[in-house]
Amino acid sequence: MQLLFLLEQVVNGLVLGGYYLLIALGLSLIFSVGGVVNLAHGAFYALGAYASLEIAKHLGFGAAAAISPVAVALLGILFERFILRRFYTADPILSLLVTFGLALVAEQAIRMIWGAAPLPASMPASFKGNVVLGDFLLSRYRLFLLAVVAAVLAGIWFLLNRTSFGRVVRAGIQRPDMVAALGIRLQPYMTTIVMLGVGMAALAGALFAPIAMVHPAMGAEIIIVAFVVVVIGGLGSFWGVVLAALLVGVVRGITIHFVPAAGEASIYVLMFLVLMLRPRGLLGERIEKFE
Amino acid sequence: MNDKKAERVSRSSAGRRQLLQGGVAGALALAFPAIVRSQSDKIKIGHLTPLTGFLGALGEYAVMGIKMATEEINAAGGVMGRQLDVISEDSVNPATAATKAQRMLERDGVAFLMGEINSASAQTIMQVAARNKRLFLSIGARSDVLRGKNCNRYTFHVDIPVTVMVNAEGQALLRDGLVKGKRIFSLTSDYLFGHDLAKAAKNFVTANGGSVIGDELVATDATDFSPYLLKIRQAKPDVVATNLGGNQVTNFVKQYAEFGLPYPVAGFNLNTADAWAAGEGNLAGIWPTVWHHEIDTPGSKAFVAAFRKKYGKTPENHAWIEYVSLKIMAQAMNATKSTDTEKLIAYFESQAEFDLLKPRKGYFRSWDHQMMQEAYTFTVKPKGQAKEKWDFLQFGPAVPAPNQPLELLAPTKEQNSCVF
Repeated sequence: MQLLFLLEQVVNGLVLGGYYLLIALGLSLIFSVGGVVNLAHGAFYALGAYASLEIAKHLGFGAAAAISPVAVALLGILFERFILRRFYTADPILSLLVTFGLALVAEQAIRMIWGAAPLPASMPASFKGNVVLGDFLLSRYRLFLLAVVAAVLAGIWFLLNRTSFGRVVRAGIQRPDMVAALGIRLQPYMTTIVMLGVGMAALAGALFAPIAMVHPAMGAEIIIVAFVVVVIGGLGSFWGVVLAALLVGVVRGITIHFVPAAGEASIYVLMFLVLMLRPRGLLGERIEKFE
Repeated sequence: MNDKKAERVSRSSAGRRQLLQGGVAGALALAFPAIVRSQSDKIKIGHLTPLTGFLGALGEYAVMGIKMATEEINAAGGVMGRQLDVISEDSVNPATAATKAQRMLERDGVAFLMGEINSASAQTIMQVAARNKRLFLSIGARSDVLRGKNCNRYTFHVDIPVTVMVNAEGQALLRDGLVKGKRIFSLTSDYLFGHDLAKAAKNFVTANGGSVIGDELVATDATDFSPYLLKIRQAKPDVVATNLGGNQVTNFVKQYAEFGLPYPVAGFNLNTADAWAAGEGNLAGIWPTVWHHEIDTPGSKAFVAAFRKKYGKTPENHAWIEYVSLKIMAQAMNATKSTDTEKLIAYFESQAEFDLLKPRKGYFRSWDHQMMQEAYTFTVKPKGQAKEKWDFLQFGPAVPAPNQPLELLAPTKEQNSCVF
């Protein structure tokens, strides 16, 4: 019986990992290609949630979940073109500062526009409730969330591994100088990467709004977990991030099963252990420019 | 060369000009002493409340409430002819709260301190108040130990302590048959307030024939409750009771509805703002509260109307309590004609009565400095009965009942002893 309960926590952790993945994957891609630690990533997650609430008022949940990430992704293009682009070759501390400042500005802007009080968000009634598979209890809404994550993941994987776009990006991660020598400008690729990454964060925000609280500091809340996932997974590796996100979800669930109070702390312990054993992260590749 | 000369000239003339200005100011001061006094002689008040973090949303209401009270008092001529100047700041965390409190007393020259929602931060501000021998009106912190084991004579507490919340909620649960012989599973917020609440709740449940079959700690930064929900289902309790705080309650309520678990929910703490954020259709169960906007007194009605007019939203309990708290301080300063700590303490300890915009007036109990007042419980209106987005809560009658003493639900000296 105990084992079954534990297994249920593992399955639930995998589902939760899918949600972490949506945020962490974009963060990892932006860092791998551009070398920029985007501390404003959480702000786009929050914007995605708030935008989806506004859109849902007029067009309903489905349209909101689809339009909000696209709108935020367009904002991401501006973010890359006018801000991020200036910092690819600059001292990393500068990009840290500017994205951190931007995160603060975004949080305060949200507070000014929508107020500090959390906003209610609901899911369509048809998603409410649970599905019992065998002996496992699963939330119907989270299963839907998992399906969306899987579809997005498949799309990103295809883009990175089966298209010429992906080849340039992957080459750009490893040998940007070689890519440049072949006469390919990485900048337009970077714009696309930022757009995709930011869009995924916004999608996570829009999808998580009906489950968690929508409030101005929600971006700051999630960014730390996202970083932990990226660090555990290792840079430059698509599957590393996937593995890390699932692992974080599962480890948190199992810890809560045995020592509830340590639930939130467990993911940092996990990061610590991984870094001790594999300083580059689980599947991190050796990337010359970061060594 | 020329520049230097000009500079010298301007410097000497500046000196002369200042002298002249000083003279004019002096003359003005003689002519209109009242104006000068009222500008330099405001009563400064240090106000700390969490504006960020898991209690930040409540803090925003707190600031709106105290701001409105300040404006009303100042528009009516202030206190003893002096205007009030409330300095509101984000208390951030217990350590920062203490640092800011000390700075407000030392550098900003505030007469006394007020505010706070976070019990752990209130605790550190209480220590600062005691060290400096200055008054602290603890407004929104509810932990029992603040008025019991860790009490001090410089602090007065306006909000109801957790024992009152548990007793108020408990009466409603007993009435609905959700305690006696029932197996209760609880989730507890992992900080001072949560631990305190869990202790009081457990005492109540066991004293009334129920049993607590599980009590799990939840970190204050937890946003996902799914592992806890699975454990609840595995434990198959009769009732789920929450001892959570701030954001946690909203997240829990939303995800409980998401997973569609069948067990009835009872909570020993929920602020109306958190209930509104959970949204209609997600919230269920019975919850305690210290005030709500539908209380049928002229005072509450006028307050709600003025608040809606000013801010375009319905006030929740933290807006109300900050509003009445500043009015309490104004009444005390007017009555004692002073901002002196000892005089104010003596006034409060005389158990003077204060209008809390509720049917019955309140007073600070002299031995633990706790405000004695009515409490309420609420449930959720049946679907479709809400008139607007703030209207889906169904408020119950006041406890204690009008014919019972106000101290009925409060902790006794034996339960929560306080020695100054």
